[in-house]
Amino acid sequence: MNFDYTEEQTLLDNMVTSFVRDNYDWDTRCNIVKSEEGWKEENWKQFAELGLLGVPFDEVYGGLGGKSTDLMIVMEQFGKGLVVEPYLPTVILAGGLISKLGSEEQKNSIIPEIISGNVRCAFAYAEPQSRFDLNDVKTTAVLNGDDYVLNGFKSVVFGAGMASHLIISARTDGDQRSESGISLFIVDTKSDGLTLQNYPTIDEYRASEVIIENLKVSKDNVLGEVNMAYEAIEEIVDISTIAACSEAVGILQVLKDSTTEYCKNRKQFGQSIAKNQVIQHRLVDMMIEYEQAKSILYMAVTADLSNSDERKKAVSAAKARIGKAIKFVGESAIQLHGGMGVVDEYMVSHYFKRATMIGVLFGNTDYHMKRYMTLTQSGISSSDEAISVSVT
Amino acid sequence: MDTAFSNEDLKFQSEIRDFIKTNYPQELRDSINSKRKLGKELSREDLTAWHKILGKHNGWSAPSWPKQYGGAEFTPTQKYIFEQECAKAECQYIMPFGINMVGPVIYTFGNEEQKAQHLPGILSGEVFWCQGYSEPGSGSDLASLKTSAVKEGDYYIVNGQKTWTTMAQYADWIFCLVRTNPEAEKPQQGISFLLIDMKTPGVTVRPIKLMDGTHEVNETWFDNVKVPIENLIGQENMGWTYAKFLLAHERSGIAGVARSKKAIERIKQIASSEMSYGEPLIQDPAFKAKIAAAELELSALEYTELRTLAKDSAGKGPGPESSLLKIKGTDIQQAVTELAMEAVGYYANPHLGTTLSNEYVGPDYATNLSGTYFNFRKASIYGGSNEIQRNIIAKMVLGL
Repeated sequence: MNFDYTEEQTLLDNMVTSFVRDNYDWDTRCNIVKSEEGWKEENWKQFAELGLLGVPFDEVYGGLGGKSTDLMIVMEQFGKGLVVEPYLPTVILAGGLISKLGSEEQKNSIIPEIISGNVRCAFAYAEPQSRFDLNDVKTTAVLNGDDYVLNGFKSVVFGAGMASHLIISARTDGDQRSESGISLFIVDTKSDGLTLQNYPTIDEYRASEVIIENLKVSKDNVLGEVNMAYEAIEEIVDISTIAACSEAVGILQVLKDSTTEYCKNRKQFGQSIAKNQVIQHRLVDMMIEYEQAKSILYMAVTADLSNSDERKKAVSAAKARIGKAIKFVGESAIQLHGGMGVVDEYMVSHYFKRATMIGVLFGNTDYHMKRYMTLTQSGISSSDEAISVSVT
Repeated sequence: MDTAFSNEDLKFQSEIRDFIKTNYPQELRDSINSKRKLGKELSREDLTAWHKILGKHNGWSAPSWPKQYGGAEFTPTQKYIFEQECAKAECQYIMPFGINMVGPVIYTFGNEEQKAQHLPGILSGEVFWCQGYSEPGSGSDLASLKTSAVKEGDYYIVNGQKTWTTMAQYADWIFCLVRTNPEAEKPQQGISFLLIDMKTPGVTVRPIKLMDGTHEVNETWFDNVKVPIENLIGQENMGWTYAKFLLAHERSGIAGVARSKKAIERIKQIASSEMSYGEPLIQDPAFKAKIAAAELELSALEYTELRTLAKDSAGKGPGPESSLLKIKGTDIQQAVTELAMEAVGYYANPHLGTTLSNEYVGPDYATNLSGTYFNFRKASIYGGSNEIQRNIIAKMVLGL
């Protein structure tokens, strides 16, 4: 039993840490998010040069064959710098789906292009009515000759505006909430029939609403088996959830450390406010929440993710618990910064906003609590169905 | 990062499991269970029987002690496995006062005679120890203690009062912090660490009843007690250093993760039998959510403990982070005792589940769950209150 990084992981950690330190100081970051594009292509090129874009991919396609620990390392450091480039949407989410479901031909043509930085992808899955339910898909795909014709609407697609390709989930069979009958399609973002409404998010990342009207997709661009995409979607979203949790843990560390520093330096009534026990205990509780968040992340990262029951349980436990830590550490950080906490100019509010939005990403605390409970107590409970119906 | 057990660890695990299965006396389990349920005091034999069995087996009664002093010298992973298995099998826990507290102080700071005199009895469980730290006026502010020890010839004459002396009613020996120099510049500098035979004339033990009616703790009085100077540990007036060593040294298991896990399992069983709104309580969304929240907290704490253990085995030492284990561990223990009491509804009421004519009332599993809840309010207060633990983290970890 050990929690140490291997030599390669330490190198990776150092590499991402130096990238953030050298390329992502606060002013630079502010300029990036204020720019029209909302990200910096130069940084993406550097990710490619550093090999970061290949971390999770198989060596056969030019990747590094990294595992969940490697992704945790990258995302934790990105969290510390609030890095906005669409690494999670492209490499982990869309890249994960392509690795999982793609044909040899698809993998050979797309993965090397992602690794070299030429192709960025986003995954369009959420819909206005679906909330966090991955099975709730109204967007339709109907076969017409050799093409599928897609119609529907996708919500809050992270990184779509920066992507050359979208992966879209659509219903090819079954009713709106059925797990079977969901298929995935890879499309060029410039295709006719696709309209992107791009916008900045509250935490200064970028997302898009995607309107799909009579979008023609060739049969060759179906990803995986028709009607059978649900399980893979759930698995890759789970893996991405661990990545999001890792980012959150990086952010929480910054919030905890910077708040502790701030309280040491801030003087009121002639002394540092950190001399007050009420402040000290709040800071200690922030530290405890941070450590507990990090611990449950380690639990998820070291769980047997190839076993789907264990994976789901571990991921939902981590997301629910970290969601609780985000709220406590984030809100405490703002409170203890006083007036400085609530202004846009000072960095703490930006970390708080990003952490809070990660709390929502891939399902919030309540959502994952319910999933965890269903997974752990289904053996005893006969009224789970009644309970899950009340999920909206 | 790797949390999987190695083949050796797995072999060790089954060795422990087999040993418990073969050697833990069923009568002991039955006797303790029935006394616990009825809120009856455990006897000295109940508390030490398992200790004595382990003491005869490769030093297993002292998982952390070095082999040279007769301990098992388990690796951190082995310690973790050992605790897990003992908790799963509901083995009586080993009293910490000898094994975890005074033992390490003796083999670290004691002289050869003291080691030879005391370590074997601690290991075997034949000698029962208790702790003389707190006083009526010295709780969190331990260094303000007043019990005095004045040297007269070959003896210290000890006068004063200790309190919260857990299980002093059974103890053969007590380790005490006493004031040997009232003139010292700082209160911490005038304290010494003395071992006192409880049979010495002038030592008096009076019980203190806790709010659940149990007798765990006592007042211990010292009236001109003559203690041979050979019973001084280390140097005179250096006791505070040894006291702090003792507090920080053995924190493994302080979080009680394995026992809380077992307790949650039990609550789930109870909540499957209890009904609410015409359905098993386990299906009540509010109750279910509370159980799940406790499970998540415990799962996080388990990994916090594993991280601490891993750091410990890398020789980096546990340090003040163990205060975190104490705070969170006791939080969860209290949450769990509360959930158990809550699960039985009205049957939290009957005191010890028995009528005035000694007949049982209510479901068997409900007996004394409320007593345990009330009893466990002690957990966030003892061993340095959770507020004091926060002060320690603030100072030692956050540098405030």
